[in-house]
Amino acid sequence: MSDTAERVQKIVVEHLGVEAEKVTPDASFIDDLGADSLDIVELVMAFEEEFGVEIPDDDAAEKITTVGDATSYIDEHRG
Amino acid sequence: MRRVVVTGLGLVTPLGGDVETSWANLIAGKSGAGQITRFDASNQKATIACEVKDKDHEWGFDADKRVDPKIQRQVDPFIVYGLDAAGQAIEDAGLTEMDEATRERAGVSIGAGIGGLPGIEYESVNLHERGPGRVSPHFVHGRIINLISGQVSIRYGLMGPNHAVVTACSTGAHSIGDAARMIRDDDADIMLAGGSESTVNPLGIAGFAQARALNTSMNDTPEKASRPYDKNRGGFVMGEGAGVVVLEEYEHAKARGAKIYAEVVGYGLSGDAYHVTAPHPEGRGAELSMRMALRKAGLEPCDIDYINAHGTSTMADTIELAAAKRVFGDDLCGASMSSTKSAIGHLLGGAGAVESIFCILAIRDQIVPPTLNLDDPDEGTEGVDLVPHTAKKREVNAVLNNSFGFGGTNASLVMKKVD
Repeated sequence: MSDTAERVQKIVVEHLGVEAEKVTPDASFIDDLGADSLDIVELVMAFEEEFGVEIPDDDAAEKITTVGDATSYIDEHRG
Repeated sequence: MRRVVVTGLGLVTPLGGDVETSWANLIAGKSGAGQITRFDASNQKATIACEVKDKDHEWGFDADKRVDPKIQRQVDPFIVYGLDAAGQAIEDAGLTEMDEATRERAGVSIGAGIGGLPGIEYESVNLHERGPGRVSPHFVHGRIINLISGQVSIRYGLMGPNHAVVTACSTGAHSIGDAARMIRDDDADIMLAGGSESTVNPLGIAGFAQARALNTSMNDTPEKASRPYDKNRGGFVMGEGAGVVVLEEYEHAKARGAKIYAEVVGYGLSGDAYHVTAPHPEGRGAELSMRMALRKAGLEPCDIDYINAHGTSTMADTIELAAAKRVFGDDLCGASMSSTKSAIGHLLGGAGAVESIFCILAIRDQIVPPTLNLDDPDEGTEGVDLVPHTAKKREVNAVLNNSFGFGGTNASLVMKKVD
């Protein structure tokens, strides 16, 4: 697991209160991990904080639906 | 007329994370006061409070028992306390397995006086330091007052009336009174009713200290600082916690063989029409409230055995006592009257509910809780049994609870034993 993926997994586990094994790259935040729309807002804020990236609301809604999506988006947009 | 009885109790107080621990410590004359641990209070005028203790404490509160850790992270402590107390009351009433028809007729009326002040304070600083984009998406619904009722409804599937009273320190009593009326008026068969508060945070302590409401002169002896009716009283001690009861229509409770603690027979309400923080000097609002509660109960003043006073340990104590004397007679017709705020501090919006539960337990155990620190009773207390220092075994069939709040809002509840 890449450094980004590990840190993403840790944030997801903390914020959603789910087991680490369930936080796989294919796992959908809403369908598999039980997140609601506000949980997603909170997760995106945590990613922004952790990685120093800015994730616009439209990107969060359209491009980040799975754990793997989040990791790739962060890797692409980190300075 | 539909009768309303109490079939379940739940408490989170500075004396315990549940009903029996809180009650046992109260009857034993213990104090929940101490130095504030929640934050560094060294620059505050009052450095003491009656805090709900952490779970590793002998009488601590373990939020993980009933409240999802994810919710704990998103909401202010007053919601966590309220949710837990509601869960305790549901379990105590034997209502953990309600079918859909029952849940459609079961509602919630749990309020608070102030609500999520610690979270408002935190996010305000956060907004100023880091900008609007860093404010939590859970900020609003994790702080507003009706979200105890909302969370309880969601957690337990209760689809009846969903209500939340905000009447400062009368909240808990109004919440129970309003909920009892909802059952009487056939809006529901079951109501979870009560109040909660947690404002042991810098802004909460500073705000009440600036309003000259807190005792700021006994920081070195926190257990002595809440002293209702004593000559040396000098303001209240901030408390926190929650009390929730299950109210149920009498026939409904009887049909399912529920344990019945007491009947809610009288509810009085009034306004002082006088001042934002000070009570009317003659206690006219308090008197009106007590008289209305007795009239609705169909009881005579001499029927009341125990009065749980508002008794905050401020100048207002003697005004309440004078009003009670006008209603009940100079010796309160033999009733005992104590202020349990001497032990748990002032729970603001939680006070009326927690203290009503103490009244109910006084009926159950035929014992009245003490007024701690009543070393030198003030003038006007002669001939009245204020239950100084130690609890007292006595006959308790009918009780009255007083709660008065900023804005001049008053509520009194009368409850009695069911034969």
